[in-house]
This record gives sequence, C-alpha cells and structure tokens, in this order.
Amino acid sequence: MTTTEQPALRTSEQICGMGHNRRRIEDDRFIQGAGNYLDDVKLPNMLHMAILRSPVAHARIVSIDTSEAQALDGVVAVVTGELMAQHNLAWMPTLSGDTQAVLATDKVRYQGQEVAAVIATDPYIARDALSLIFVDYDDLPAVVNPQQGLAGDAPLIRDEKEEQTDNVAYRWETGDAHATERAFAEAATVVELDTFYPRSHPCPLEPCGAVADVNPATGKATIYLTSQAPHAHRTLFALVAGLPEQNIRIISPDLGGGFGNKVPIYPGYVVATAASLLIGKPVKWIESRSENLISTGFARDYYMKGALALDAEGHITAMRAELLSDQGAFFADAQPTRFRAGLFHICTGSYDFPAAHVKATGVFTNKAPGGVAYRCSFRVTEASYLIERLVENAANQIGVDPAEFRRRNFIKAHQFPYRSATGFLYDSGDYHGAMDKALEMVDYEHWRAEQAKGPREDGKLIGIGLASFTEVVGAGNSREYDIAGLKMIDSAELRVHPTGKAILKLGVKSQGQGHETTFAQIVAEELGIPASDVIVMEGDTDNTPYGLGTYASRSTPVAGAATAVISRQLRDKAAKLAAHLLEASEDDLEWEPGKFSVKGAPDRSVTIQDIAFAAYTNFPEGMQAGLEGVHYYDPPNMTYPFGTYVVVVAVDPETGVWEVLKMVAVDDCGVRINPMVVEGQITGGLTEGFAMSNMQWITFDGDGNCIGSNFTDYLVPTAWETPRFDLGQTVTPSPHHPIGAKGVGESATVGSPAAFVNAVLDALKPYGVRNIDMPVLPHRVWEAVQGAPAPA
Amino acid sequence: MYPAPFDYVAPTSLEEAVEELAQRGDDARVLAGGQSLIPMMKLRLAVPAALVDINRVPGLDSIQEANGHLAIGALVRNNDIVDSDIVERTNHTVAAAAPWISDPIVRNRGTLCGSVAHCDPEGDWNSVMLAVGAEVVARSATGERVIPIADFIADFFTNTLQPGEMVTEVRIPKYTGRAGGTYIKLERKVGDYATAAVATHLQLEDDGRIAQAGIAMTSVAPINRKATEAEQMLVGQTPSAELFGEAAQAAANAADPETNVRGPAEYKRDLIRVYTRRGLAKALEIAQGS
Repeated sequence: MTTTEQPALRTSEQICGMGHNRRRIEDDRFIQGAGNYLDDVKLPNMLHMAILRSPVAHARIVSIDTSEAQALDGVVAVVTGELMAQHNLAWMPTLSGDTQAVLATDKVRYQGQEVAAVIATDPYIARDALSLIFVDYDDLPAVVNPQQGLAGDAPLIRDEKEEQTDNVAYRWETGDAHATERAFAEAATVVELDTFYPRSHPCPLEPCGAVADVNPATGKATIYLTSQAPHAHRTLFALVAGLPEQNIRIISPDLGGGFGNKVPIYPGYVVATAASLLIGKPVKWIESRSENLISTGFARDYYMKGALALDAEGHITAMRAELLSDQGAFFADAQPTRFRAGLFHICTGSYDFPAAHVKATGVFTNKAPGGVAYRCSFRVTEASYLIERLVENAANQIGVDPAEFRRRNFIKAHQFPYRSATGFLYDSGDYHGAMDKALEMVDYEHWRAEQAKGPREDGKLIGIGLASFTEVVGAGNSREYDIAGLKMIDSAELRVHPTGKAILKLGVKSQGQGHETTFAQIVAEELGIPASDVIVMEGDTDNTPYGLGTYASRSTPVAGAATAVISRQLRDKAAKLAAHLLEASEDDLEWEPGKFSVKGAPDRSVTIQDIAFAAYTNFPEGMQAGLEGVHYYDPPNMTYPFGTYVVVVAVDPETGVWEVLKMVAVDDCGVRINPMVVEGQITGGLTEGFAMSNMQWITFDGDGNCIGSNFTDYLVPTAWETPRFDLGQTVTPSPHHPIGAKGVGESATVGSPAAFVNAVLDALKPYGVRNIDMPVLPHRVWEAVQGAPAPA
Repeated sequence: MYPAPFDYVAPTSLEEAVEELAQRGDDARVLAGGQSLIPMMKLRLAVPAALVDINRVPGLDSIQEANGHLAIGALVRNNDIVDSDIVERTNHTVAAAAPWISDPIVRNRGTLCGSVAHCDPEGDWNSVMLAVGAEVVARSATGERVIPIADFIADFFTNTLQPGEMVTEVRIPKYTGRAGGTYIKLERKVGDYATAAVATHLQLEDDGRIAQAGIAMTSVAPINRKATEAEQMLVGQTPSAELFGEAAQAAANAADPETNVRGPAEYKRDLIRVYTRRGLAKALEIAQGS
C-alpha cells in the first residue's frame, strides 16, 4: 500500500484535523517566557538542595566530615550515603536490572558521582556549604574505556556485587551465527569496518531536577520531576522508596527538552524526596549544566566491528557485528528488558539479505552511567550508522556507485511486510522511491560530475554521502517489550464535555514534540471537534491514564494510536446518540467530520456538538450518560520509518575543514499528522546528527577526568554553523497503525550522521581514506590526509 | 551557577573607580562586559572579594580618531567595533577580527579592553593588537601611563598592570598609505576559542615593497605570540608567494601549541603555516587595492 503523497485533507481549516499545518499552540506560552519549567516551581517554605560530587573517577571513601557544613548558618541538613543507608536508600535499582549508588558509601566509581547533599534555606548557602564538606578519598586506578575494563589486570569496579568477578555488565547475542559464518566463508568479497561511535550527551536545554513536597500531615508526596515517563517513575518510586503508590503524585511540568536524558531516575530525585520526607518541607534540586553533562545519561560510547559478505554480483549475503559498549559504572540503560543492546539488531537496515549475527559485550568503566539516550530509538543510531558506513565502503570496494549499490540491495516494495534476518517484521516501505526522490532533489548526477572534475579552484574537494536508514520505533508490543517489567503500552482518555469541547489525557509526555498541538488534531480528524476545542493534558499522574512515556519515537505509534481508537469508540457512541436525535436507524446515517446526517436527506443532520450535549441532557433509555472513555493501546508491531539523506560537502585538504554545500533529507514516516511539526522534528534531528558528526563528543583523560563538562568543551551547534536542510517526503502508511502514522522524532539523528561522514570520506577518496571516527573534526581530516599518499 | 559571596560597588566617575581600586588593591576586579569574569565566578574558578563595576563611568564608551590612532574606550563593546565605520575604514585587521570574537551575545556585552586585560592566550584581541602594534592606556589614582601591547602582556592570564591600575583605553595605529590586514581563525563552532588563529598586517612602500609587517598568533603558545622572525623576513622585501610561504613556515616554527581537545600540536602548527600564508596574501590584496 504505497502512496507517494500525503492523503488529501478530510477536514476543514476550522476543524484542523490531520494534515493541517496547525501552528504549535504551546509556543505561545513558551515564547512569552510563560512556560512552567521545573525551576519555575516555587512552593512555600521550600528548601534548596545541592549535591557534592566526586572529583575523582575511582576511589575508596575513607571518611566524610560534614560538621563544618552542618554548622553553616542556613544549612538545614547534610545528607550522606550513611544516612540514606539507614533508610535502605543508599542504592537503587536501575532500569536495566542493575543497582546504582544514590549517595556513595563505599567507593566513588566515576567523576561527578553523588557523594553528599546539602539542604539549605537558599541555593547560595547550599553551594557554599559544599566546600565545607571534607571527604578523604583513597584513589584507585581508573578504567576509562571498555578495552581497559576487559583487561586481566583491570581493577574490579563493581566489587560490592557478590557475583561480579570482572567488569562485564552483560553479554548478549542474536541472529544466526552459523548461517552468517557460512555466508562469509562463501563470500566473493568481505567488507570490514572498525568504527567508534563516541560518547555524546543529549544535553537538553533544561537540565534535570525535582521539587519534592511530602506533606507530613497526609503523607502525600507530590514530586515535580523532569520526567519523560512520569507514570513509570511513580511506580518505580513506589518500589524503590516503599511509599504507597496512591500517595505519590508525579507532576512533569513543561520540559525544556529531553532526548532520553530524562528517562532514567537520578540520585538527586531520590535524595530530594527523602529529604522532604525527613524534614517535612518541600525541597528543590536542580542541576547545573556541568552536573547535567558529567553525571546524567549520556549516549553511545560504542565500539563496533562490522562486516558485510558480498556475492560476485555485489549482493549482500550476510552481516556480522561485534560490539563493545562502555556502560559506565552502572548498567542503567533505559531500554526494553530482554534486549541488552537495545534494538541494535535492526542493523540489517534497509537491505535484503538472509543472515546476520550480532554479539554485544557491555563493560563497566569509571564513567557516568547511561548509553541509551539522545534521540537514539534504543541504539538504532549506532546500528544505522554501522550499516550505512559499511554499505558505502562495500560500494567503493567493488567499484559500484553507492546509490546503485543500495538500489541493488534494498528490500523491494513488494516484499513488505518483510521479516529481517534478526527477526523484525518491517511493516511497510518503499526504499527505492525515497532514494530516487532524494537523488533527484539533490541533483546527484550534477554533483558526481562536479566531483569528477577534481579539486575546485580553491583547492577544496567535493564529496557526496548517502544514508538510507530504516528505523524501528513505537515499542511495544507487550509480548516482547517492557521496561523494568512494565509492558510498553500507552493510553488515551478522552472526555467530551456537554458543550462539545474536549480534554484529551495521555500517559506520554511532550518535551517539545508538540503533543498539545498534534494530538488534538487526531481527535479533530476522528470526531470533527475543532482542534482548538481540544485541550491535551499530560504529565500529572493523578490526572492522566497510565503510560510508559515519551522516548524512542513512541508517542505517535502508541499514544497516537490510542487517541485515534478512543476517538473512534466515542464516534460509535455518537452514532447511537445521533440516531436517537434524528429518529433514524444508525445504519441510515452518514458521517462526515463533525456531523452525522441521514443518507439521502442531508438537511437532517446533527453536529458532534449537538450530540455531546445530548450525551448529558437527552440520551436514550438504557444508554449510559456521557461521551468519555479511555483506551489502552497495545501495538501489534513496531513501525518502521525510513528515508534517504544525501549530503554534499567541500573539504579543504590543507586545513581539514569541511562545509556542507547541500543536504537533502527525504523522510517517510507514514501519514503526517501535522507536516510542519514533522518538519520541525526532522530539522532538529538533522541538526543534532550534524553536531555528532561534526563536533560533539565527551572524552576523558587517563585518570577518568571528564573533558566535556561545559559548553566550552561540549559543543552544541547554533544556527550559524548548521547547514541548510532541504526536506522532502514520501508517504508509505503503516498498515497496522490506526491512522497510518509512524514515529519520526528520531529518524534524523539516526539516519544523518552516516550521511555526513560518508560525504567527507567520499571527498577524501583520492587519498584512500576509509574511516574517520566521529566527530569528524578538522584535525582528524588533516591527520587522515597527512598519513595518506598524495592523490594521483 | 551560584558564585561565592562578593562585594559590589558601582562608581559613577573614573576618579571614584580608581579610588576604589586603590583602596581594595588586588582583592578587587574591574567589571566591564564581564563575559569572562562572570562565568568564572559562577563556576567559582574566580572568587574576587569585590567587583568594581565601571559600567556607570561616563566617557569610556566611544571609538575616536585622535593623533593618528583609534582610541577604543574601556566600555566599547565588541559589537560596537563590528558596527564601526571608523574601524572598517582605518584598520582591516581589527575590522576582520571583530566578527570572530565569540558569539553575538558575548559581543553585545564583552569589551575589547577587557579582553586585552584578561591576557587569555586563546583570546583573539591580543593577537590583533600585537600584529598592529597597539598601546594600552592604564589609569590609577596617581596617574596615567601608556604601555606598548608587547610590554603589557606578561604571561598566561597575566598583564603588567600595577595594583590599583585599570585599563581605560586601547590605542590602535591608523593605516597610512597602502596597508591591509586580516584575521583568520579556526573555531569548532561560534563562540568557541580558536583552535588556532593568525592576525596579519602589511604596510607597503610606494614601490610595492613591504615597509611594515605584523603577524601574531592565537591559541598556540602560553601567550598571544608575535611571529617576530617571520615579520623580519618580510620587511624590505617585494611580496611574492614564495616569500609568504617562507614567512608562514617561520611563523609556524614560532608556534608552541599544545595537544588538546581542539587537536594535536602538529595540526595547529600546520594551521598557523596555512593561515599565515593565506592571511598575508589577503593583507597584500587589500593593501594593493588601497
């Protein structure tokens, strides 16, 4: 079921259903500075918390002296791991079944780890007091990469775990090792690539924080939290802290970005809550930028050895990948329980071949925990990067144009639904169509001709890079996907008021994705209630139905589907009410958005607003009053958005500086609810993909000191260095999603880094350069060129 | 981002300002644009006992032509320099460097004089000042003195101001005759410090030979460094690609970069070579057109 155009609009501008470029309604308050972010939350008698962090990467704690800090005027309490341990809260479970120190008791295991906390009457005093806490550390050697961690003489980082005798966090494999080996043995060509996807950080504009307000009289804990998954966090708080779940209310206010950084539970949340419980007053904790960068969920840090087997005709016959993952000191990835390397096994990408094998090893190091974050769809970023780099190298190795090589190996449109070598069931796609469109938009032939002329007058070399990604987003189904045991469903509750206005309550939580705008459009599409009459509520666990939250591009695939389904269920009830009002049989009614009329008698009609009023004032006997309902959606499958990105660069071989001359991104995310919002998501994602390929990384020195703890060292691109992106689309609806939509939030970060890197390497082909790891900083280009023979 | 406690005074005259500095000595820091000082205080890397905020002192916020030089006051913001017709007309190196100072937000507040006084070897302005031969005017409660820029820069983050002295003005020589210059900088992104950068300045004789040459480098030594040997190779010579190539190599030899997140030392040294060559070519092109 392939189309190449967005379906025609079914609703008027006034109703503003799907397909309308409705302006983001949440932006009115944001651009006026009237949002309500975590740091805007101010409660009476609120105290302020600051966290003392380890200055070293690995050390035994000999002693902690808090007496001077305690004595400082304005300090209410100083909390250490010892105090937390008295309440059984010195350690907490992670989302991947490990445990993590809340406040260190025995050792510190990474620079920036939480050691103690000060609660004071104002934030300045809290920070002044930090310098009055004296910790005696006995330094231990630091492990700063997984190769070191696996070495025989490596210090044991997790010596508190009884069963742990080495630094291995997990070993995991999937696919058919035997079939893959056989294919490699029979291959005409083997293409290999060793590459490193460096550690980066999601770096949301707003760092993480909490305002915990435990009412001593009622025991009710209201916790304002920078949370992408407030319901899951409520349950985990109940399990961790032993608080009764009905007494926990998580409120996730406006979030200034998340990108996966606000999925884990951080020690600061737990300490602030414990402090409020013990002191009986609200406690606010909010990180500084540096604290966010050094201690919260990072992304990637993934060493990948990949290979493709090709037959004599240049068809891929198999892929293998061996992965080494730097997990940091705790295995704290937020990812589906049964998949230890996230959904990396989507690494067969857009290509049709029968065998694949993936082997992953996760290693503890003396670095902050994390790995799954930053618009990555559970490590699909790493997977997509590896296959798209391999495919480009394969084309070069056998002397075939990279576009032609892809065309030869793509899964064909008629093969969908397609079962991949690692077991995914791709729902729909037309990879040839998306690539053809991208090549046309970029004028591929023109740039290849320009490139063939050799260096430009200014000495710069032209390079053209492609990436044709396929993503897997929208977890679950509940059979395969859970996080910490919680099945990955999501829900929507729709209440249509008597006057025909409505409130939609969701278990997901926008961090900038525009849910308030777009989810109202789904209701408008299905019920004909103008989108402007529908308010969308998220993030308050006392007032929204349960859900797993927003990450991994799952809101539209899951909560969007729930919204469509509940809207349709209410429309079914509305039909019965309409029949009652029109004194006609339900079978004789016709629906158009916002109105039922009697077939053949269009003047006999009732609007959805009339029907809503009747639901509370004039409903037939035997029918329940009201026009409200809730639906829990368990997706039958994931959705598989895809696209082709093409980048044209000019590289100055003398300085290594590269600039993007043109970038075309053709995305197919199925039916677009709001094309403008989709394009905004893609533009942001491309910017982040460009950042990773061009400038972003967090490194560590040999002692485990973090280089990248502020915006001088950790680079976030501005509009100045970000290239212009030309966006295009094809539309291949998801056959199993109620409105044919797929997720899109992460496509561009997943797909684009390989396109940028492939472009630079393509420019350096005369020098025979086959790999430069990201970020492709000018000095790395320069080094690659220096080491290479001069081009002929 | 909460700084440690500090005193704050905001004098309304230059006399009052230098009097405050005289009384408070080394414990006080002058606040003009604050674009380096305030972040350092927020990170508690700088913990001054007092700030003497000179933003209410009149007469320090203008760019003036006087006695063959440009006088840039202590409260002239970097964006004032970007927008200045006088600068554009009279000194190409300064005009070329101004848009490369950090980012627009920092340029709105940050000052040239503050950057010069800060003596951060990764700062851009002192390379420009060295290349064009600027002078620094320092004022204290007891008087005023004029310090050549090369004597003003003492070391890494260290100037030769005496306790109680503050920078009130920087004097930049105006071009005469056929002159040109530029500033070429590699930064990883807007607002980043230079990976490496080179300021160049050429003054030509009537017969086309080089009368004066200025070359100075950013981020490749403990201080902004003048490439003296390269300058001397140029003076009195007729410009040519070979000559510029040799001078560029001499400049690269004078660089003493460090390996860090912005790249290895060898790379930065080679960047100095390329940028010096390109910078001299650009300076010559401007000079020959003027």
